Amino acid sequence: MTTAPEKTIAAKDRLVPGTPLLDVRDLHVEFKTRDGVAKAVNGVNYSVAAGETLAVLGESGSGKSVTAQTIMGILDMPPGRVTAGEIMFRGRDMLKMSNEERRKIRGRKIAMIFQDALSSLNPVLSVGYQLGEMFRVHEGASRKEAKAKAIELMDRVRIPAAAQRVNDYPHQFSGGMRQRIMIAMALALEPDLIIADEPTTALDVTVQAQVMDLLAELQAEYHMGLILITHDLGVVADVADKIAVMYAGRIVETAPVHDLYARPAHPYTKGLLRSIPRLDQKGEELYAIKGLPPNLYKVPAGCAFNPRCDVATDLCRTEIPALHQVTDRDGAELAGRKSACHLWKETLHG
Amino acid sequence: MAEPILEVRDLVKHYPLTQGVLFKKQVGAVKAVDGVSFTLEKGETLGIVGESGCGKSTLAKVLMNLERATAGQVLYKGEDISRLSGAALKAVRRNIQMVFQDPYTSLNPRMTVGDIIGEPFEIHPEVAPKGDRRKAVQDLLDVVGLNPEYINRYPHQFSGGQRQRIGIARGLALKPEVIICDEPVSALDVSVQAQVINLLEQLQTEFELSYMFIAHDLSIVRHISDRVGVMYLGRIVEIGTDTEIYDHATHPYTQALLSAVPVPDPTGREGRERIILSGDIPSPANPPSGCRFRTRCWKAEERCATESPLLAAPKLLTGGAKHDSACHFAAEREVAGAAL
Amino acid sequence: MPDLIEKTAPATGSTEPKPEKPRSLGSDAWHDLRKRPIFIISAALIVLLIAFAIAPSLFTSVDPRAGDLRLHYLSKPNYLHFFQADWFGYDGQGRSIYARMIYGARASVVVGICVTAGVTVLGGLAGMIAGYYGGWVDAVISRVTDMFFGIPLLLGALVVLNAFTTRTVWSVVFALVALGWTQMTRVMRGSVITVKQSDYVTAAKALGAGTTRIMFKHILPNAIAPVIVVATIALGGYIATEATLSFLGIGLQDPTISWGIDINSAQKVLRTAPFALFFPAGMLSVTVLAFIMLGDAVRDALDPKLR
Repeated sequence: MTTAPEKTIAAKDRLVPGTPLLDVRDLHVEFKTRDGVAKAVNGVNYSVAAGETLAVLGESGSGKSVTAQTIMGILDMPPGRVTAGEIMFRGRDMLKMSNEERRKIRGRKIAMIFQDALSSLNPVLSVGYQLGEMFRVHEGASRKEAKAKAIELMDRVRIPAAAQRVNDYPHQFSGGMRQRIMIAMALALEPDLIIADEPTTALDVTVQAQVMDLLAELQAEYHMGLILITHDLGVVADVADKIAVMYAGRIVETAPVHDLYARPAHPYTKGLLRSIPRLDQKGEELYAIKGLPPNLYKVPAGCAFNPRCDVATDLCRTEIPALHQVTDRDGAELAGRKSACHLWKETLHG
Repeated sequence: MAEPILEVRDLVKHYPLTQGVLFKKQVGAVKAVDGVSFTLEKGETLGIVGESGCGKSTLAKVLMNLERATAGQVLYKGEDISRLSGAALKAVRRNIQMVFQDPYTSLNPRMTVGDIIGEPFEIHPEVAPKGDRRKAVQDLLDVVGLNPEYINRYPHQFSGGQRQRIGIARGLALKPEVIICDEPVSALDVSVQAQVINLLEQLQTEFELSYMFIAHDLSIVRHISDRVGVMYLGRIVEIGTDTEIYDHATHPYTQALLSAVPVPDPTGREGRERIILSGDIPSPANPPSGCRFRTRCWKAEERCATESPLLAAPKLLTGGAKHDSACHFAAEREVAGAAL
Repeated sequence: MPDLIEKTAPATGSTEPKPEKPRSLGSDAWHDLRKRPIFIISAALIVLLIAFAIAPSLFTSVDPRAGDLRLHYLSKPNYLHFFQADWFGYDGQGRSIYARMIYGARASVVVGICVTAGVTVLGGLAGMIAGYYGGWVDAVISRVTDMFFGIPLLLGALVVLNAFTTRTVWSVVFALVALGWTQMTRVMRGSVITVKQSDYVTAAKALGAGTTRIMFKHILPNAIAPVIVVATIALGGYIATEATLSFLGIGLQDPTISWGIDINSAQKVLRTAPFALFFPAGMLSVTVLAFIMLGDAVRDALDPKLR
């Protein structure tokens, strides 16, 4: 069984890039707390295919993490509750599956990488043990095999001297190395889809670049789908194929990465991009989106962004905008581009 | 040029590492700040960038006299304040204030906003406005863009951006000349960061403040700073005007840092040349000999291990590249993607 | 995802100019507490108990010390004679058990409250000094605490109280405070060390605030919550300890009325007159339970993680 690694890779049907993997449809999640009902997710739709990187961009309270936790099935319920929607994974609705079925998908088919690697790893177990545990639990490997596989995984995420460090404990690794171990754990069972929730936020800039590069490389090798949840416009621009921008529990804009940065079709996206300091603005006042981030207990009527929007009209204050297909000036549909703004035309072309 | 408002000379802060329970024996030291010198002119903003563990936050604490310097001097208008204590220190504190990183932990949750902003007046009654203190607090709230009626509320009733404004108002109360901002926007939402940056710039003009702006976000630092210092493992490796640092960086670490920053512009990301540094930052308890960056540097030679490079303008370089850089092989390098 | 709620909740109402009432953390806790049944029940019991202690004559007109030997034990309780001398029967000396139950509350409440106040002030102060100054001050206080902590409360109290020839409520209070303060020191020290590192304490230092201001305005209000919780729960424990000491004959003495003394004298006639044991013992259990429940409720309300 020492040839196990090759065997599993060979036995596993490799993903074909472009195969649809995940399709979230009209997802609604709310939290019941002492202060009332917080509508964290209000009708989110997005999909990811094999080999594709979807970046979900949003601020705190946008619902980006709650959506991911719902997909993973790790949302605390109560207080959380899914009130509507479907999460289709390879054609089956995960919300209708039994707990047992979902547990089998978790880790094996969909894996997650968290922001804080230190608190996601058990401090009293060696990293080798924790990596090997995946194989013991899911594949019934022996201790020896599990350890061999753990070393192999650590090699794969480029941890130097993996064989010597396999028995070290999480606190003996640096932040960047710990995040690599988290990635190794997520990769262990060669999942179809990886959800990375702010994977590099806690890391330093130079280490951040290393980790993002590693993720991109591994994705190119295994063709898995990647959902990258972040608030950082820079990280998104570096790695994403397409972007879903979230605000107050809704997707306000989706677009291929180049289009979004070049010509945003939603005032919120436009505002975010404008508020990044640019070279030619030195000494000038920065553009700032006015007002405060949304309060989920009191989401404004109509478009949730209207109190902060520069172009809001009466319509925006009363009617929730649908996610419109975006077209160019001649009315031809722009592939993959949608905007939840009544005034998307003006925003895009104006 | 007029006398600098703040001058730091060879500042050192070591935290002793001890062993033993009863009879403690010093076995080494964490060299958090290890020989830092710079000046801050009146009305100027000096940006300090660097990664975690480079000593930038310790530097702020030593400047604020929250930690005692192990060696070196901090001159405020020519007077060394690093050894002051008691009343003399208290008097100096009026002139140097601080804005903290985390607006959620930097305000006492059991005090009202009015008490928090009014506390400086209680501590320094000699500079407190005569008569209506409440009015003075409300004026400060107004200055930082908050509704003066919020005076009786508690911090947890505010959002992050608003709390940071309260923290700024507290720092402004004593009309200081220098404000040290330690990552003032990194804990805030992207859409709120610009608001706070604008406020800080506005206040600088209004009250003729000098800022020391510590941050890891290079684009924000470039926007707000007149000069920028880059720190690595307790030392400043390069310092110069914003254009000198961002467009004519000569230190390899600065070049790597600039190239690694994710740029919010996907065009040309494939062609972008990035320097991906290998390895991690060495421990400040046991920094490499000679140049501290040599373990991760692609230019390192034997000389780097034995001879510590001085922070000085390289003789051979001209133009924008001629600024202080602590590298034996300082040279400009085309760094694509550093268009911050 | 409680994180999300925590961060967005403070903005409640602040988006609109409408004046919103200032809500301190304390008043939030109080609003929360008022809605908990466990708090209402325990608080009602404690209020009743304190009423017993302050004005026992409101609840019975019988003298708890007046014994009529003709009535001893043999005179069974008459459970329909509400609030009368023979409601719960008579003890060995023919004294009304009901009256003694009411009057016994005083010793328990006085011991409980005074000991708790004593250990909180003494222990809290020591803990604050140790936590705030650290270094050798902390080392000395912590070692002393450890030494005291090694002494079992009951055994220690037995030894201390043996030194008194006449023992009153105050000697019991003295013994328990002298031996019990270390518990509060530990809690306070830990709490102060955590709070001391907060940015707002650093901010106050940067403003030039003095030690007294930092300690009492910034650290104490934020560090006191766990101490209050431990103190409330411990209060029940002190009452139980007093009863135990009195039961062992080393605590309070006649003519002081204490549930412990009554339990002691009743245990000898457990078979013939179980009611004589049941009422003082039941009262003691209910009292201790009430304080523990109160402590639990207060802890839940003060827990910053839920806020």
